[in-house]
Amino acid sequence: MLQANPVSAWKVFKQIIQRDIRVASRQRSDLLNPLIFLLIVVTLFPLGVGPGPDILGRIAPGVIWVSALLSSMLGLERLFRDDFRDGALEQMLLLPVPVEISVFAKIVVHWLLTAVPVLVITPLLALLMNLPIQAWGVLWLTLLLGTPVLSAAGAIGVALTVSLNKGGALLSLLLLPLLIPLLIFATAAVEAAVVGVSPAGPLALIGAFMVLSITLAPFAVKAGLRVSVN
Amino acid sequence: MWRWLHPYAKPEATFALNQKLIPWFAIPGLVLVIVSFVWGLAFAPPDYQQGESYRIIFVHVPSAMWAMGFYVGMAIAGVIALVWQIRTAELAILAIAPVGAVLTFISLFTGAIWGQPMWGTWWVWDARLTAQLILLFLYLGVMALYVAFEDERAGAKAASILAIVGVINIPIIHYSVYWWNTLHQKSTVTRAITRLEAPSIAPEMLWPLLVSILAMLLVCAALVLMRLNNEILRREIHRPWALQHLGISFATTDGEQSGKQENKKDQKGGADAV
Amino acid sequence: MSDKVAVPVLLEANELMSIRGERTLFSDLQLRVQAGEIWQIEGPNGAGKSSLLRILAGLLPAQAGSVSFQQQLISEDREAYYQNLLFIGHKAGVKPELTAIENLEFYAAVQGVELKETPYELLAKVGLVGLEDIPAQGLSAGQQRRIALARLWLTQASLWILDEPFTALDVEGIALLHARFAEHLKAGGAIILTSHQELITEFYQVQALRLRYQH
Repeated sequence: MLQANPVSAWKVFKQIIQRDIRVASRQRSDLLNPLIFLLIVVTLFPLGVGPGPDILGRIAPGVIWVSALLSSMLGLERLFRDDFRDGALEQMLLLPVPVEISVFAKIVVHWLLTAVPVLVITPLLALLMNLPIQAWGVLWLTLLLGTPVLSAAGAIGVALTVSLNKGGALLSLLLLPLLIPLLIFATAAVEAAVVGVSPAGPLALIGAFMVLSITLAPFAVKAGLRVSVN
Repeated sequence: MWRWLHPYAKPEATFALNQKLIPWFAIPGLVLVIVSFVWGLAFAPPDYQQGESYRIIFVHVPSAMWAMGFYVGMAIAGVIALVWQIRTAELAILAIAPVGAVLTFISLFTGAIWGQPMWGTWWVWDARLTAQLILLFLYLGVMALYVAFEDERAGAKAASILAIVGVINIPIIHYSVYWWNTLHQKSTVTRAITRLEAPSIAPEMLWPLLVSILAMLLVCAALVLMRLNNEILRREIHRPWALQHLGISFATTDGEQSGKQENKKDQKGGADAV
Repeated sequence: MSDKVAVPVLLEANELMSIRGERTLFSDLQLRVQAGEIWQIEGPNGAGKSSLLRILAGLLPAQAGSVSFQQQLISEDREAYYQNLLFIGHKAGVKPELTAIENLEFYAAVQGVELKETPYELLAKVGLVGLEDIPAQGLSAGQQRRIALARLWLTQASLWILDEPFTALDVEGIALLHARFAEHLKAGGAIILTSHQELITEFYQVQALRLRYQH
């Protein structure tokens, strides 16, 4: 009788992360495009509203966060799209570990590949938008806490739309309303820091969103993938 | 729960129940609509601050309330559809979503009409209006996702998941928008109106308002049930009970049935090992 | 197989029904797969062969009926089932950006197979030697298929479900696959597959399940 060895969930988790980073390292343009988009949008704003530092500083938190949201929409589809096309997604559902583990690994990889570069160029964005220096740290913190929400909630949207041909526009319709609280509290935290008020309240709420979304999203993603991989 | 739901997993059972329920919702609903409108528009006193224009409240408030309520109902149908795999619950999502979306739209539209004389502009980023606008997007998302799938049942499941995710998010969205609004609010007029609408409303206005809220619920529930029955009929149009209901007695009814049995025999034969 | 009574049943499907869109693909379908058996699902295009395989693998819900693996409903303990299942569908799950070796090492690792060393020998066997450093997207369809099928040599799963495994393979590849099938069946495994070709081979006897196209 054939007997298969059990596999530890941790091993599968590591393997998926390792593989996906390797895959991403061989198609770098996919990673760069959203980043370039983010930079361009943030550059366009001063050209549109005028270079007055007082205006820019006031709208900076909103502009940076809205641009970050939109640019993350751009790169979101790749979370499951390629895997769906080549059948790796199907194989992922057939792994001998709970699907939530693999889904969580996918979300972590997506965050590493898309959010970390944004965190790296955040000072540049703050500089371009004339954000007062005392708010830089808080802006960075909101992005650090908020980007996992983007990846996790985004994974739900992609899981639901990955099998559709024209999933892209639909994806933003599904996701953007869900992300409004994040946008509100993230900009509020940065604005509080600009005027010298403690941003602890909104920051704590963003942290709560993060915990909520990364714990609950894998279950919704799993259900969504089972519908899409049909 | 399952024992209670089980009989209604059969579409024809739900259909028959709905047929019985519809008049119980539709007739009192229509009567109450007339009562509340006549009462609210003709007999309730004018507002001391807003004059006559406040009377749009009898459309605005009920639609805004039930826009939210029907979304919750849709999400509950989604849970039933996902957990117990009941076809009728999937169709219920399809039946509820457009009604809810139209309610949301009515509340936004009447809100804008109301806002024009009050605030001097058609649109203000008032917390309630903003929350309603986001609710409209949530409804549109569910409807768009439902029809985007080629396989209808896959679309129904995807829409169920989205409705559930949305309903978890609604309170968060709601509170964040209110908080955002108080943070950014500059207009004192808006604040005055917000206070005015609070429960301190005069009883002469409150009663017709409550009646209009009940009326809106009954009418919309009747609409949902009628839509649900239409969807059931459309899916089951080949089945004998549906044809019978429509009063069609084609020769095909028999042909259909015997064809089915034949098919069944085929499969049994087909499934045997060769 | 003479002593059929003693042979354990691996997979059992009861009263399966599948509806796609408005069309009933099959209903009341029964299937019992015992250790050492190879089953071929036959039928014209659109008869529901792939759907049946996907239902058996737990990827697609059936409208009615149940599937159990070793007397355990697969929906109740998916992890245990998937430890013993190897499913290769139309889309084989080969990442085009990765090389053959990277693809195989990934699947071996997540399926709990310990590789002592890089599986060059296996690559040589399936005819991919010299191509191990090229990302799969640079290979032909047949060669990509060979990468996916090389997983058959790197698995301890007892049940294989293969959708059109012979597609895009040359004569030599087909012969190789037959030999591997025979080996697996002898070791007490079972195989369910679809194929447009007749499986003519002296290695083993094929059981057939025929699906009919229904309107």
